[in-house]
Amino acid sequence: MIIELGHFALILALAVALVQSVVPVIGAARHDHAWMAVARPAALAQFLLVGLAMAALTFAYVTSDFTVINVIQNSHTDKPLLYKVSGVWGNHEGSMLLWVFILALCSAAVAIFSGNLPRELRARVLAVQGMISVGFLLFILFTSNPFLRTANPPMNGHGLNPVLQDPGLAFHPPFLYLGYVGFSVSFAFAVAALIEGRVDAAWARWVRPWALASWCALTVGIALGSWWAYYTLGWGGWWFWDPVENASFMPWLVGTALIHSAIVVEKRDTLKSWTILLAIITFSLSLVGTFLVRSGVLTSVHAFAVDPARGTFILLLLLVAIGGSLSLYAARAPALQSGGVFAPISREGALVLNNVLLTSAAATVFLGTLYPLFLDAVGGPKITVGPPYFDTTFGPIMVPVLIAVAGGPLLAWKRGDLLGAMQRLWIAFAAALLVGLGCLYATYGGPVLAVLGLALAAFTAMGAVVEWTDRVKLFRIPLGESARRALHLPRSAYGMTLAHIGLAVSAAGIAAAAFSVERIEVVKLGATLDIGGYTMRLAKVDEIPGPNFVAEDATVEVTRNGALVWVAHPQRRFFEVQQQTTSLTAIRSGVFADLYIAVGESDGQGGWTIRAYHKPLISWIWLGALIMAGGGIVSLSDRRWRIGAAARQRGAAVAQAAE
Amino acid sequence: MRKTLYLLPVLLFLVIAGYFALGLQPGRDPHELPSALIDKPLPDFDLPALAGGPNISNASLKGQVAVINFFASWCVPCKIEHPVLMRLATKEKLPLIGIAYKDAVEDSQRELAKGGDPYVRIGVDRKGAAGFDFGVYGVPETYVVDKSGHIRKRFVGPLNADTVEKELLPLLRELNRS
Amino acid sequence: MRPLLAALALAASLALPAMAVEPNERLADPVLEARARTLSKGLRCMVCQNESIDESGADLARDVRLKLRERLTAGDSDAAAMQFIVARYGKFVLLNPPVEPATYVLWFSPVVILGLAGTGIALTIRRQRRAAAAAAPLDPAEQTRLAALMQESDS
Repeated sequence: MIIELGHFALILALAVALVQSVVPVIGAARHDHAWMAVARPAALAQFLLVGLAMAALTFAYVTSDFTVINVIQNSHTDKPLLYKVSGVWGNHEGSMLLWVFILALCSAAVAIFSGNLPRELRARVLAVQGMISVGFLLFILFTSNPFLRTANPPMNGHGLNPVLQDPGLAFHPPFLYLGYVGFSVSFAFAVAALIEGRVDAAWARWVRPWALASWCALTVGIALGSWWAYYTLGWGGWWFWDPVENASFMPWLVGTALIHSAIVVEKRDTLKSWTILLAIITFSLSLVGTFLVRSGVLTSVHAFAVDPARGTFILLLLLVAIGGSLSLYAARAPALQSGGVFAPISREGALVLNNVLLTSAAATVFLGTLYPLFLDAVGGPKITVGPPYFDTTFGPIMVPVLIAVAGGPLLAWKRGDLLGAMQRLWIAFAAALLVGLGCLYATYGGPVLAVLGLALAAFTAMGAVVEWTDRVKLFRIPLGESARRALHLPRSAYGMTLAHIGLAVSAAGIAAAAFSVERIEVVKLGATLDIGGYTMRLAKVDEIPGPNFVAEDATVEVTRNGALVWVAHPQRRFFEVQQQTTSLTAIRSGVFADLYIAVGESDGQGGWTIRAYHKPLISWIWLGALIMAGGGIVSLSDRRWRIGAAARQRGAAVAQAAE
Repeated sequence: MRKTLYLLPVLLFLVIAGYFALGLQPGRDPHELPSALIDKPLPDFDLPALAGGPNISNASLKGQVAVINFFASWCVPCKIEHPVLMRLATKEKLPLIGIAYKDAVEDSQRELAKGGDPYVRIGVDRKGAAGFDFGVYGVPETYVVDKSGHIRKRFVGPLNADTVEKELLPLLRELNRS
Repeated sequence: MRPLLAALALAASLALPAMAVEPNERLADPVLEARARTLSKGLRCMVCQNESIDESGADLARDVRLKLRERLTAGDSDAAAMQFIVARYGKFVLLNPPVEPATYVLWFSPVVILGLAGTGIALTIRRQRRAAAAAAPLDPAEQTRLAALMQESDS
């Protein structure tokens, strides 16, 4: 009954989405207030209906209702509650429902928080959101319905892939989708602005918080996925340039460019058509990612079950959404007037450089991901584009990005002083030199490129700090005065500083990965293994039962200079239902290095394969991502976003003054 | 001039979408890999025969069109393929050469005794060394070799009635004619 | 095709517990072993798709690792050992696609994209500055008004 209710709610949501996507647009064109006013209640109703559908499916999972095919295929009564819930989105149909749910959530959020938007803009933005909803609801109902039942329910389900039964992965999709789908709001704003033919500072001020929030969620989502790979796969890999990873990384890169170029639109009234284009591309890349993951055109370790009908349907959606918006762009963007003029060496110039580099990096990733498909489609040879390609092309593009991140904020708007900025950066240069020489000494004979990477990261981090000290005039005015200035700096300034430091922290972690040490040995009970100055002793291996698995639990005593520092418990878990084994690694995360232990197969003679790693600074990769996202959140809390009401009037005043 | 520049994104997208459409063509399987040995001479191999008697080697196949099928008793898709092979052997009188890939001799024998033996001769590739030289990446795999000893075609995965009718038999007819 | 894929997936999942390089596969000579590790990081595992044979637990990956070590021990150069694998499994197994006519677009595009983007930006900035220089400058009243507005939005 509840399942039918959910199914019905989803169909009803489609009807509401149709209304939401048609009525307000006509209303906006005719300036008909009543028609435009439909948008808000429609968005809220759609959110409630999709929410109901989501709740119904979750209910079926939690109660293990094996009359529902989707539950049979992905759940099992023995599964812990958390994974019963996360099982909802651990499969194609359910994850699409989550996708649409988050889309409805975003629409509802726009409906609620758009009180200060002009009526026409609000109506159009919500209508575009509604159109996307229509497309994806149709997709779910026609090709991927999670509410289908079977007449012969089995006694129990097939269970969820054990690899996915993990807290990190339970939360990875919701964050990722919040990011992907959140960018639909900037997309809707861009399309609405193209219909209106108007982009101004106020528009940028409205778009930026949405883009920033989505960017934060996407950052966290990607970091969670990477962290999950790190601790589950048993050998410490954390990024593979797999098509599905790239599908999430490309919108992140272009989204990063978007949140930066929107600043230029807001502050300097220029780069408008470029920013619109970025908003469209960011969400388009999210859609393309969805296509790649679910159509089966590419092979990937993560891909969902393949069905050509789904692929064709999503391709049609892409044609309508991306083709439509880019056509609109081609028609309307040339008319957008650009305002402010700037010199190449200026804050704007640095932001443009950042944009060029980030979008070029995204283009490189796009090409590398899809080239095998392109070549294959025209009958060329089957090739593989693996990590070495991305390392050699993507890596070098990131070097100037890190430099620009340090120097850019020190340049003035319109016309900057490069020499002055470099002089003010002396302390960053000194830090880079110090870190570089220190690392070179400590790791003599090791990888030199990694040392350069660390030095660059130090430069970027110190650059961010220098920018802050500049703003508070540290040591140039009395300390108390500086403290007062520090307190009154806008939150968005702190957000930027934090995000830039976060980037440097991640970069350092990535560079330091080259110093990681590995040892793989068969260790007898009671024997030891030395790594990175630590001694690991395999004390015992016990068999212990879990809720839906049996674990071989190894006790590894780790000592340093004879003192016990850690008792590790890496496990191998055997899942009866799927006849599958996973490994649970034991990781001791430290500020300067991680110790990482995975236990492998027994050799049958009292020995076990132990994989031990000493990975300097590795946790900085995810720590940096969290700092970046934190910077975004701090920036979001800036009061500027909340006082947008008067903004467009002021913008209008400028426009009048210019006439 | 400037206006056409704004058309660039949508044109680029259409090109990419076209490639996506090509990628969605039915029948295209991104998992399927072409053999690196197409039109190359058969790799050297010399395997003991499952039934005893003289070894099976590339030299022993000289001068005839041959169909070589890699199978194993532990391989699930092979069981799906088995009836197709049986029909090929009985109805089409095809002299199939089997290679038992990474399979214990007793296991192969038991399996064939149970379901019938479609092969005229079977080589034992216990360690998978011959399979490696053929570039086998998932059993069952079927190779078609022409009279001059060159590999002309590889089928990955179980043969089915459709591929046999539309691809395998026409190819064999053509090779036998020349 | 479908049953095969299911079987492949099954095979891969069964092979999961044996993770990547096992101690018993390694060569006694550390120099040769280091070369083998480096090479195997550049070879793709055929059945597990986007994984190198160094990372993969699949049986076939293990076969390739062992064969690679066999070739190196027999005295093959790195290039010869790689060629040995490529001759059997095709260029598809190379994670780093070789630079050849089919991959020119892949390899040279990043440079071309950066170049085009850079030129485009430079031209746009120049054109805008020219246009602005040609336009009439603001009168003093407008300038003070503008300055006030700028200050407001900067704070």
